[in-house]
Amino acid sequence: MSSQSREIAFQGLWKNNAALVQLLGLCPLLAVSNSVVNALGLGLATMLVLTGSNLTVSLIRHNVTPAIRLPAFVMIIAAYTTCAELLMQAFAFELYQALGIFIPLIVTNCTILGRADAFASKNAVLPSVLDGLMMGTGFALVLFVLGMLRELFGTGQIFANMDLLLPFAADWTLTVFPDYPGFLLAILPPGAFIFLGLLIALKHVIDSHLAERAANRQSSVIASSKRVRVTG
Amino acid sequence: MDQELKQSIKKNSLLLAAFALSVALSVGLVNELTREQIIFQFQEAERRALFEVLPPASHNNDLLHDNILLEPLDPRFRNLDLLGLSAARKAYTARLDGRISGVILPLEVHDGYSGDIVMLVGIDAAARITGVRVISHRETPGLGDKVDLRVSEWILGFDGKSLQNPPVTKWLVKKDGGDFDQFTGATITPRAVVNGVRKALLFFSENRTQLLGE
Repeated sequence: MSSQSREIAFQGLWKNNAALVQLLGLCPLLAVSNSVVNALGLGLATMLVLTGSNLTVSLIRHNVTPAIRLPAFVMIIAAYTTCAELLMQAFAFELYQALGIFIPLIVTNCTILGRADAFASKNAVLPSVLDGLMMGTGFALVLFVLGMLRELFGTGQIFANMDLLLPFAADWTLTVFPDYPGFLLAILPPGAFIFLGLLIALKHVIDSHLAERAANRQSSVIASSKRVRVTG
Repeated sequence: MDQELKQSIKKNSLLLAAFALSVALSVGLVNELTREQIIFQFQEAERRALFEVLPPASHNNDLLHDNILLEPLDPRFRNLDLLGLSAARKAYTARLDGRISGVILPLEVHDGYSGDIVMLVGIDAAARITGVRVISHRETPGLGDKVDLRVSEWILGFDGKSLQNPPVTKWLVKKDGGDFDQFTGATITPRAVVNGVRKALLFFSENRTQLLGE
């Protein structure tokens, strides 16, 4: 992996994560993250649309003038979303029945327009596709974790009804707390805000911990090099 | 207006129009390619639900095409508002060797937790329920969505019930003094469904003659 693709992956998955840092795409994120199966389904669909739109935008980047770039990008994203919905209805009908009402929400996800404008319109095809893939994966991962937390605290189970997404996963349901009375707040929209806030806080804790460690290492390097100079 | 501005407006408009046209063409193409498959999927889903609410042995006619279109305010039926239909929906007639053996009524309830719940209710000629299925709903995942057979088997509890069993005054969730279980943490959804199914049975008993062709 070249250093550029490593940087793109790091930006998309962690440093500039669409959901945790840019706080983009909250509308679908909060609406759909009440169970793992919903979260994963929308996360994957968003990733596909994001990658496709980045690809197309990068391909046409020399033909769009700055004045019309935003309407042109919005059209491309809307077209991809519509196609994704149609294909899902035709070939994954069970999943469409479970997720159908959320698919049009992908258009409202500003991550996609944001990446088209900020990255794909200025970069070559391959890095753009990678950026779409990584930003999409970062978004899908946050959705997945949020879905898991909300399902766990809301119902006491995780991975219920996974067979809607993966036909072979019918018996994946994991009851973590037997006889759990259910915790409605976690499943309703306020729960999404609370758990997303906790995840963002967790990321900050990890980041500041890492920064502290890096600073410590640097100062010890400086200190030891000084000692070398003193003895030398 | 200076020449340069005019030129740029013209260029941008043409470019955007070209984009719109090609995008519309590709969406149209995908739509064309998937249309038949999508219609097929919807019919299949409807058919699966139909065969689930009536036992297969109870009929041998072409159920999908043996239907009555129920318009809201249809004058042929009494108290059609019991079914809560917001748009025209089909009721299906099951026949065994030509004799009507049951009907499948469409039912909508609007007092669920979020959005309408659309159901099919199968009723045999003796006014007993042969099956109830939720076709579409937007109830809270993990709580109200237990009315969906994909999530829990609660909805099978209606099988074999009628307005005599339990008596009509017991057609309520337990919390309201009736005979039907609610879910822990969610009463609104099962209450809406139980009340809806009771109304479907009432509609059946008031319109028996039309529905069964007696």
